[in-house]
Amino acid sequence: MASTTPIDTPPAPPAPPERAERPTSAGRMGDKIFVGLSRGSGILLLVIMASIAVFLSYRAVIAISKNEGNFLTTFDWNPAGDPPVFGIAVLLFGTVVSSIIAMVIAVPIAVGIALFISHYAPRKLAAPIAYVIDLLAAVPSIVYGIWGALVLVPYLEGLNLWLDQFFGWTYIFDKTEVGVARSLFTVGVLLAIMILPIVTSVSREVFLQVPKMNEEAALALGATRWEVIRLSVLPFGRSGIISASMLGLGRALGETMAVATVLSPSFIISLHVLNPGGGTFAQNIAAKFGEADEFGRDALIASGLVLFVLTLLVNGAARLIIARRKEYSGANA
Amino acid sequence: MKLQRKNRLRATALGALAVSGALVLTACGSDDNTGGSSTPGSGDKTTAASNIDCGKAKGQLRASGSSAQKNAMDLWVKNYMAACSGVEINYNSSSSGEGIVAFNQGTVGFAGSDSALKPEEVTESKKACKTGQGINLPMVGGPVAIGYNLEGVDKLTLDAPTLAKIFDTKIKKWNDPAIAKLNEGVDLPDKAIQAFHRSEDSGTTQNLGKYLGAAAPNEWKYEAEKKWPAPGGQAASGSSGVAAQVKQVDGAIGYFELSFAKSQNISTVAIDNGGSAPAEATSENASKAIAAAKVKGTGKDLALELDYTTKADGAYPLVLVTYEVVCDTGNKPETLDTVKSFLSYAASDDGQKILTDAGYAPIPAEINTKVRETINGLS
Repeated sequence: MASTTPIDTPPAPPAPPERAERPTSAGRMGDKIFVGLSRGSGILLLVIMASIAVFLSYRAVIAISKNEGNFLTTFDWNPAGDPPVFGIAVLLFGTVVSSIIAMVIAVPIAVGIALFISHYAPRKLAAPIAYVIDLLAAVPSIVYGIWGALVLVPYLEGLNLWLDQFFGWTYIFDKTEVGVARSLFTVGVLLAIMILPIVTSVSREVFLQVPKMNEEAALALGATRWEVIRLSVLPFGRSGIISASMLGLGRALGETMAVATVLSPSFIISLHVLNPGGGTFAQNIAAKFGEADEFGRDALIASGLVLFVLTLLVNGAARLIIARRKEYSGANA
Repeated sequence: MKLQRKNRLRATALGALAVSGALVLTACGSDDNTGGSSTPGSGDKTTAASNIDCGKAKGQLRASGSSAQKNAMDLWVKNYMAACSGVEINYNSSSSGEGIVAFNQGTVGFAGSDSALKPEEVTESKKACKTGQGINLPMVGGPVAIGYNLEGVDKLTLDAPTLAKIFDTKIKKWNDPAIAKLNEGVDLPDKAIQAFHRSEDSGTTQNLGKYLGAAAPNEWKYEAEKKWPAPGGQAASGSSGVAAQVKQVDGAIGYFELSFAKSQNISTVAIDNGGSAPAEATSENASKAIAAAKVKGTGKDLALELDYTTKADGAYPLVLVTYEVVCDTGNKPETLDTVKSFLSYAASDDGQKILTDAGYAPIPAEINTKVRETINGLS
């Protein structure tokens, strides 16, 4: 009798008349509790997000209303000044540019590693490589920062000279100012290393999900291994690669300590990515928070709100792209 | 079964080992604690610091603020706590801004600050000091060293206008005529100058700005603020960060407290103040410059106005003075005695004497006398 109920009830007291009713009522009760709990969790999540948004907007409005400069176009951050002036233009530019550099470097490498692990490497090699890549994610970002400042910056100087010499005509790689390699480019390289594990592991999971039938069918038609990857693995995994990249981009946008340690911040916008200077939202907050008075903190919170919105937009865009490519995604396979 | 029993045995053995190990360790720990806390209280150190008047000081005193005076504060706290058992002083060397915020919130007994309270900060302090307001007590002086790294050049003299142009990136090469003129006989390389400044807001930056603004008004047109005002140059975080960059990069120049230059063996610039000879960045030379300072605060407030344009022989003009911020009246009763007793020690001859060894400069005697009077009158 008890076995007909969908949920395993704990051993009930042996009272025959109750036994008939109890399982169903207990089942309903369990359902109700579960529905309540999950609904409560969902609402709690919304409440938390809403209160963060309300807190950010409230403090941001206080700051922006007292700002004597233009919040969007001023190239300065001086809320303690007289008059108080601050703007996010440089921070927005630096955040976006360093993240783009990181994506350009990291995504191809990450996809390559993922393909190697899932399709090329012998099993004995694939597991350790995957493990080591995952370990990269476990290194705290301040350690990346110290490593970047002490090792990466001196080493990248040679690369900078080389890029300046041979690719100076691209404008982007034209190094017009002297200075050590504490630039947005270096930050981009460091961020690329930091987002490699997340992009790699998600892509790898997706590549492993590719239906074996597709691959075997391609092989049976005489395709080489590269053609198999090009014809079946990559189209199938495209939306997965995009979502993996967006996860990585999310980390790159918000990275704080590593950037603050490596970058030589200044309130200048320059497309010469090898020049020292620039800034990102998170780096600016970390650098300025300590000495900021209450109004200065409100100003920093206002800049945090912009980062919040930026992340939201990026995630939204990623969803759109994935939705548009649904026909290729694993959901229909 | 056999295996399980073996495992269980092993588990009990391990458990026993862990328990006994923990017992042994805790025994050691408690031993150490009593030993550690009793020695400084009794022992030989008491005699060394016997001039410290503990008064009615007791309990715990929290303080926070400027990291520029951290090394001085560490010495004072160590000596004071060695002499006065039962008192615990906890100075959190965060930054001047954080110290003042904490002071105005009433969470610390006193705050350390690189610059005197601004008018709006005084207004705010009236909330924390129920019957009075926050005042500045100058306690530690010191030179801001201009450190540089230039291969083959171990002696360099600059003056305020040249420094202003260097930090404003108007002078771009080390063999610029302006630098060569001040350094006759020195072989200056044709190398780019890489000027480093602080990336976060800092009292040291503000002091450099005040100096350049006063001594080179035509070359330095920026307001003296905690934030670095000029558009060019490179930035690093904290005095330690700037010092590290100067140490690492050939052709670099930057500014930081003298102790950072000393500890990392960074060459420092001698400043030509217009006197007979360029002044090296040393504690003694800084004292000579601070001696020209005047008190500009009113009432019990002893905020100083430094004379950055002093031409006194050997006076190193680029100095900063850090203050302890307290309430003139309305200090919290539970910490008042400790604050008075501790600051009295810091302002005493003994307390000021140890500053020189730590790379700082004592406050001139006549100002120091006023500081001591004010501390005695705190309520």
